[in-house]
Amino acid sequence: MREFDYERAHDVTGAVALLGADPDARYLGGGTNLVDLMKSGVERPARLVDVRELPLDRVEFTRNDGLRIGATVTNSDLAAHPDVRRHYPALTQAVLAGASGQLRNMATVGGNLLQRTRCGYFTDLAKPCNKRVPGSGCPAVEGEHHNHAILGASAHCVATHPSDMAVALTAFDAVISYETADGPGKLPLAEFYLPVGDTPHLETALPPGALITGVTLPAAPVAARSRYRKVRERASYAFAIGSIAAALDVHDGVVREVRLAFGAVASRPWRARAAERALTGGPASAEAFAAAADAELEAARTLPHNGYKVPLMRNLVVAMLTELTEEAAR
Amino acid sequence: MTGTTTTTTTTATTAATATFGAVGAAHTRVEGVAKVTGAARYAGEVPYPELAHGWLVLSTVARGRIRAVESAPVLAMPGVVAVLHHENAPRLNGDYTNAFGVPDPIAQIFQHDRVPFVGWPVALVVAETPEQAREAAEALVVEYDEEPHDVVFAAGLPGVYAPESAPAAQKGDLEVELAASAVVVDAEYSTPEEHHNPMEPHAAIARWDGGRLEVVDSNQGSRFVADELAKLFSLDPQSVRVRSEHVGGGFGSKGTRPHSVAAAMAATVLQRPVRVVLTRRQMFSLVGYRSPTAQRVRLGADADGRLRAFDHRAECLTSTVYEFVERAAEFGRAMYDSDAHYSQTRVVPLDVPTPSWMRAPGEAPGSFALESALDELAEKCGLDPIALRARNEPAVGPVSGLPFSGRNLLACFEEGASRFGWADRDPRPGVRREGRWLLGTGTAASTFPVLSAPSTAAVTAEPDGTFTVRITASDIGTGARTALTLIAADALEVAPERIRMRIADSDFGFAMIAGGSMGTRSWAWAIRVAADELRERLALGGGIPPEGITARSDTSQAVGALEQKERHSFGAQFAEVAVDVTSGEVRVRRMLGIFAAGRIVNPLTARGQFVGGMVWGLSMALHEEAHRDRASGGHVGADLAGYHFSAHADVPDIEADWVDDPDPGDPVGIKGIGEIGVVGAAAAIANAVWHATGVRHRNLPIRPDRVLLAGAGGDRDA
Repeated sequence: MREFDYERAHDVTGAVALLGADPDARYLGGGTNLVDLMKSGVERPARLVDVRELPLDRVEFTRNDGLRIGATVTNSDLAAHPDVRRHYPALTQAVLAGASGQLRNMATVGGNLLQRTRCGYFTDLAKPCNKRVPGSGCPAVEGEHHNHAILGASAHCVATHPSDMAVALTAFDAVISYETADGPGKLPLAEFYLPVGDTPHLETALPPGALITGVTLPAAPVAARSRYRKVRERASYAFAIGSIAAALDVHDGVVREVRLAFGAVASRPWRARAAERALTGGPASAEAFAAAADAELEAARTLPHNGYKVPLMRNLVVAMLTELTEEAAR
Repeated sequence: MTGTTTTTTTTATTAATATFGAVGAAHTRVEGVAKVTGAARYAGEVPYPELAHGWLVLSTVARGRIRAVESAPVLAMPGVVAVLHHENAPRLNGDYTNAFGVPDPIAQIFQHDRVPFVGWPVALVVAETPEQAREAAEALVVEYDEEPHDVVFAAGLPGVYAPESAPAAQKGDLEVELAASAVVVDAEYSTPEEHHNPMEPHAAIARWDGGRLEVVDSNQGSRFVADELAKLFSLDPQSVRVRSEHVGGGFGSKGTRPHSVAAAMAATVLQRPVRVVLTRRQMFSLVGYRSPTAQRVRLGADADGRLRAFDHRAECLTSTVYEFVERAAEFGRAMYDSDAHYSQTRVVPLDVPTPSWMRAPGEAPGSFALESALDELAEKCGLDPIALRARNEPAVGPVSGLPFSGRNLLACFEEGASRFGWADRDPRPGVRREGRWLLGTGTAASTFPVLSAPSTAAVTAEPDGTFTVRITASDIGTGARTALTLIAADALEVAPERIRMRIADSDFGFAMIAGGSMGTRSWAWAIRVAADELRERLALGGGIPPEGITARSDTSQAVGALEQKERHSFGAQFAEVAVDVTSGEVRVRRMLGIFAAGRIVNPLTARGQFVGGMVWGLSMALHEEAHRDRASGGHVGADLAGYHFSAHADVPDIEADWVDDPDPGDPVGIKGIGEIGVVGAAAAIANAVWHATGVRHRNLPIRPDRVLLAGAGGDRDA
């Protein structure tokens, strides 16, 4: 492990100034991903700027403005917040589906968004990886890829984004706030993660040196009727092989509003807009749910060992929307 | 079910002889407080002044030669003391045998430039701190001349052969009996590459002290490792001492491995203490693993389920440098009667690390295939799976013709069926639903060989009324130290508190390793003999001198004189599962294991061994699988994030208990309990998944993608 300098920031302006334009410096949140990557040599920062003490640890909710989450709110605190549980239950469920209690106590919302893929080639310095070493190749395409992307990937990278939380945030139209030396900025989550293309090492649209300060979820009554479900290879403490955040407003058997986002299928949390379009204004029936899933998954490009994700996501869409429909009827 | 001779089931077992009463009563670990307070020191934690830290560098190519080790830049890095590799390392003697024959050359590090697999040790960087050593090791450039490699295992590869070390067993005319069978099951099964990764990684500190090589190591047999180090370094056996007071898990992986050899080598070159600790990732190539298997089972039976033909063939892999055979096909040799029998394991060398003993080697994958096939046969015959096993219960060894020392398999099934509620089971598959979950139950048999190995012990009566036992036993987390304390207490007819149990020091003399489920049985025998002699001497009266009175034992003759018999432990495994075929998720809801495994010395830690074994089987059934990358020849995800085993949330109510089953061939009645809990557990779960879904899963692990794509309904194969 490379030796590094460590500094603790006490305010946002100070943090941004401490990091400056140094490409060898990283912000440190809970460290639950960055420190692992430093141990394995994937990340070798010369300098860490610890932002965990910044006064960004509040969760605030108003009916008109929605939810504002500070970037250093821990995953545990976010999941347990009464307003999150009541108005965005899928967000609580998504956060609790991730990691372990100990990790959630450390992990921050800002860090969660910026965590790196768990692709086994990315985390192994002995192997090629276009995300880690641009141009070195993607051995996953021909190799071990049973949990890799089926949507939005390219021949250069088929890694998935590991976050559960971000899937729920995507369904709820989250907007990311950040600070730079030139002042604050905002990015809708839909534009936050860059398409893979031939530059898988470029993961977000954040300007260099930017510090995430918070996440805003606009007011959305439909979010109160939402759920998150995660399928993984053991009952706990594993990344998803497929997950779904869904919110549904049904009236008289007709879908008035629906939100759908998928996890573990793409390099970013995947908003299923084609499915949402297919459903809105139509019947809330199992057939319609399946047809909507098919509309979204039409774009899927599978590899020899990850084709099961197509029926998995289809089944999850039908199961979740059916459950939400039954719930609304009660 | 047919009647059996054994009757009661209880957590206490009858005594083999009149005793003081410690054996058979629950006792917490004698070193428990030291462990939970951190006072117990493990090999990687023992401090020494002047300690240097070694970090192994492993090959990144799967086959070829080392062209250059560019050590000069690394030697200039902060704190770096030495870089050892094949061009400057001391010569080792590789021409020797250990207790198990010719050794795996993985211990003969840095002796040549050949690289036989990804993860072969190519250098050791020694530095003042572990951080400096690791940084330098990761910076070390090693150049290779690469050669094409082949790492992909499958059935029927061109190089597969029948090893002399694992001969076939044969009786009767298999094809004739198959042709005459009213019902035939012919099915192929596979199990993946699986790894044992004890919580405590392999670690050793070596130093020279007063002309002796002193090693503190994490291993399963300190005398075994001391003897092997002496041979490797051409030293007088008396000049090597290895101690392993506390060991955080072994499972077969902790023999003489590169960490201890590297530490000893560096300590010799540098003449200062050196510590080497393996990383989790390094363990995936350096400490052995379970070979994947491809198996075919053919069972032919009369319409009433009586077996006419038994055919179990397995294939496994080994490395190109050493033959290790995962003897999966041998599991059934003592299990079921049949007119004709054939069983054989074949092996194919590939450019991969050498596999090794991993908890229940052979029995674990073999029982998955055979006990699944038995379930398929029961289904085809329209028989209850337990009734099918009872129908094929042998009177003598089905292949050997030898009498059994005791056989309580059916007692296990009887007790297990009663407790599990088996009698109420609807045999039809795929008909029970609870929400999105399909429910099913399954059962399987287990067995494990019962063996003893010669051991020595010394028991000393101290003047203060206490007793000191010295034996090169190992407690790798099993509770052996406590079990031996109870055994010594009963043998000496004193309270356990008066026993001081000193173990895991090679200076105490030769003894069995903690392996083959033979440790406690073999050690207890030696302690019992020495204690009996001491008691007789004390009975003569007279005072105890300051140095105490010591009696010694050596069980070589007694063990060698054991009558030839079929000696086995048995068990019955039961599982209930819930399967969501729309997501592929499988959840085990409960497991029950009933075992006939000899006299149970300490019910508290014995239950831990059985339940731990069953969790191991659960993990094997649903989760464990190492992924090998064809292009590089190495693993992908070789850590505990990438290699999944059951998490707490996967482990349901698991109950383990036993029937009274003292072994008449052992002075204490012990059989051994370390491995049998694994055996059959995966088959019971796979059989339950069939019962839930109607689909046979013959390839482990039963992953969500397999379940999802196989679906449910009808009677289908996956």
